[in-house]
Amino acid sequence: MSEYWNEGDPIADTAAPDGPIETRWERRKFSAKLVNPANRRKLTVIVVGTGLAGGSAAATLAEAGYHVKSYCYQDSPRRAHSIAAQGGINAAKNYRNDGDSVYRLFYDTVKGGDFRARESNVYRLASVSVNIIDQCVAQGVPFAREYGGLLDNRSFGGTQVSRTFYARGQTGQQLLLGAYQAMERQIGLGNIEMNARHEMLELIVVDGKARGIVVRDMVTGEITTEMADAVVLASGGYGNVFFLSTNAKGCNVTASWRAHRKGALFGNPCYTQIHPTCIPESGTHQSKLTLMSESLRNDGRVWVPTARGDSRKPGDIPEDERDYYLERIYPSFGNLVPRDIASRAAKNVCDEGRGVGPGGLGVYLDFADAIRRLGKKAVEAKYGNLFEMYQRITGEDPYRTPMRIYPAVHYTMGGLWVDYDLQSTIPGLFVVGEANFSDHGANRLGASALMQGLGDGYFVLPTTLGNYLAAGPFEKIAEDHEDVVEARKSVEKRISRLLAVDGDRTVDSFHRELGHIMWEYCGMERTEEGLTKAIGLIRSLREEFWQRVKVPGTGEQLNQNLEKAGRVADFFELAELMCIDALHRRESCGGHFRAESQSEDGEALRHDDEFSYVAAWEYATEGGKPTLHKEQLEFEYVHPSTRSYK
Amino acid sequence: MDIQVRVWRQSSSEDDGRMVTYDVTDISPDASFLEMLDVLNEKLILDGDDPVAFDHDCREGICGMCSMVIDGVAHGPERATTTCQLHMRHFKDGDVIDVEPWRAAAFPVIKDLVVDRSAFDKIIQAGGYITAPTGAAPEAHATPVPKKDADLAFEAATCIGCGACVAACPNGSAMLFTAAKVAHLGLMPQGQPERDSRVIDMLQAQDDAGFGGCTNAGECTTVCPKGIPLTLIGRLNSDYRKALRNR
Repeated sequence: MSEYWNEGDPIADTAAPDGPIETRWERRKFSAKLVNPANRRKLTVIVVGTGLAGGSAAATLAEAGYHVKSYCYQDSPRRAHSIAAQGGINAAKNYRNDGDSVYRLFYDTVKGGDFRARESNVYRLASVSVNIIDQCVAQGVPFAREYGGLLDNRSFGGTQVSRTFYARGQTGQQLLLGAYQAMERQIGLGNIEMNARHEMLELIVVDGKARGIVVRDMVTGEITTEMADAVVLASGGYGNVFFLSTNAKGCNVTASWRAHRKGALFGNPCYTQIHPTCIPESGTHQSKLTLMSESLRNDGRVWVPTARGDSRKPGDIPEDERDYYLERIYPSFGNLVPRDIASRAAKNVCDEGRGVGPGGLGVYLDFADAIRRLGKKAVEAKYGNLFEMYQRITGEDPYRTPMRIYPAVHYTMGGLWVDYDLQSTIPGLFVVGEANFSDHGANRLGASALMQGLGDGYFVLPTTLGNYLAAGPFEKIAEDHEDVVEARKSVEKRISRLLAVDGDRTVDSFHRELGHIMWEYCGMERTEEGLTKAIGLIRSLREEFWQRVKVPGTGEQLNQNLEKAGRVADFFELAELMCIDALHRRESCGGHFRAESQSEDGEALRHDDEFSYVAAWEYATEGGKPTLHKEQLEFEYVHPSTRSYK
Repeated sequence: MDIQVRVWRQSSSEDDGRMVTYDVTDISPDASFLEMLDVLNEKLILDGDDPVAFDHDCREGICGMCSMVIDGVAHGPERATTTCQLHMRHFKDGDVIDVEPWRAAAFPVIKDLVVDRSAFDKIIQAGGYITAPTGAAPEAHATPVPKKDADLAFEAATCIGCGACVAACPNGSAMLFTAAKVAHLGLMPQGQPERDSRVIDMLQAQDDAGFGGCTNAGECTTVCPKGIPLTLIGRLNSDYRKALRNR
């Protein structure tokens, strides 16, 4: 027993069939109950979020005939943050004839996740990857093509094949617009009821089943209760707990956290992906960080000066005084090592005093060789928009001087625990995309988030949700049912409480401070001492928040600070759970690096005998100890080994 | 650097609205325009004033949420840039900068700099898609697409739906937005079966949503953060004439 958590019963994923992994999904599909097409229109499904997972799910469910109610906080479903994904989407098409296969994508993903993901889920993801590309091409997604008219591919980190499909540096945008357009078609047909500028603030659970949500209309402030036969959360990740991240400013954990408080277990909250190639911070005004796509590491070479404190301009540093450290330490993968490894290597060289740029927090990503080899035009065709973006933000021209990059929080592998059917521990609550924990283990490979979001939404959820809904339509719940009224009242009370504090510190100032704590103690390197300290700091800052926060205006109007305040309040609770999870996992794996657990040459050291499980956390009461439930991971196909990219 | 901003303040759609002047001091030239407004808002909150409401999200120029007319130009003085990617290094110490919302009949103001752009979604609903229900897709390589067409379609598809084109147009027309989608889908072989109905229905939806007509003023393409070319409007007109003939 610990001072910070209790240990509960183990948990198991009972939805996945056993037997040969290649046919598990086929068998699950066959065993799933079906809903007669005539009955589907009597069933209502709520989908929260309109990114790749939510957008594709809403469109597909509506096409199948269900009545869908969709919600997003942006002013249009087209703006969800999936739109910012740059580099590409993986699929095991083997169009390059380079030895790729569904099995290899499965293998790479399990290994890339440092053996902390479920084999069944990952295999299914790899097998639907090929259908995703077909689907997107049919929708008119303008993928990059070769002169023969066939699809082009490129390589991403952690793999030795070329399986990433892309649309210049805007793959997420093009895939999302495909899903958005499919959704808009269904909205036009009256099959999806779209509610933009609406935020989910509570989950409604009746008789143990998820039956609806409480939402706030962000324009009028009106609070309403929305009922359904099932609820799907596609509300994204929680990287904004760090304040500075590559997430959009509005990304938040509230939908997931509210569900967690209502009983949904939260899986592996400490697994955070710190992306190695982001534009470094430029000052205290900084409001977010911008990613430079991993695809740049195909042609860019990462280096720092060999000598500490070398302040010469990059062009003045001769070749033999440069350390291309990724190529040196990891000769077989070179600049294309997985993200967690590249990030920590950058941190290490900066910690040694060899970082470049303001504060020594940066490394070079240099395209001089690529420009010499391929010509400026070819480099521009591949990366033009990324180079432009870099120049706009920094005022420097990457064609002439190397980019300066530094790691930043980018993605969260953790999320609500789901079984093979993507159902959470609350019946009728399904979770898709980044919001769930399921497929990436302790580290996600590049170009796999788009694959997972669309795989879940287009192909997995529509089958498994049908199996649940086959038992419906469920009894109609009246708006004055006591559980509905209670959920609604709790939202109103919370809003009043936030407005009533009327203190002397802004929401952003608290969020920034919380972010500093998380980056310092729960970022790229974690220690028992640091995490313990962080928990104390978070608790006292949270207390201060509820005494000193100042939220201007009222609840009955467009009030962006009220929205932020509610999200930050939830981030405080999540932050504490992340630190507890990181504290309990006394091993290093993927994006979770515990300084106490490293090999002689500083690589992450797993302890499979003790930690080969998913940590699924149960919410206690406010301020109480969460309970840990362990889901043991079985590896029948990919046997855990020390991940080596040397 | 120290500057003054004159910001459009309008408490709700019913309010008349007015320009209000604020001093913003000690701003880093590396800050983005939105970060400058963040600094202003922090000050307004602590002074007990109402902070300026503005739309923003990704802050990396791709979501299309940010929408400000800066010194009379949609997204400000830098070409091919969204407001969130505009940095203060493009202004001078002592500048007085006007900040207003998109102004167009089809985009009513909700509050301050926030406008309602749902009319754009209505245009897409009318035909801005390829009907391809999930599961029905053939193998991706079954239909090769000439690289030239795929590249052109991609260029058109980079539209972020921000609405700057409408804000800049003297007629408040959405023609560049519609033309970009018509071109993207019309250039792909998959988009051919619905090509005629798409252009007719989208133009009708555009009129119904209250956008003005196009008179080839060309202001739209000048402010477009993604540089969507004016030639796509010519392409749309040609498609429209063909579609009417085929009807």
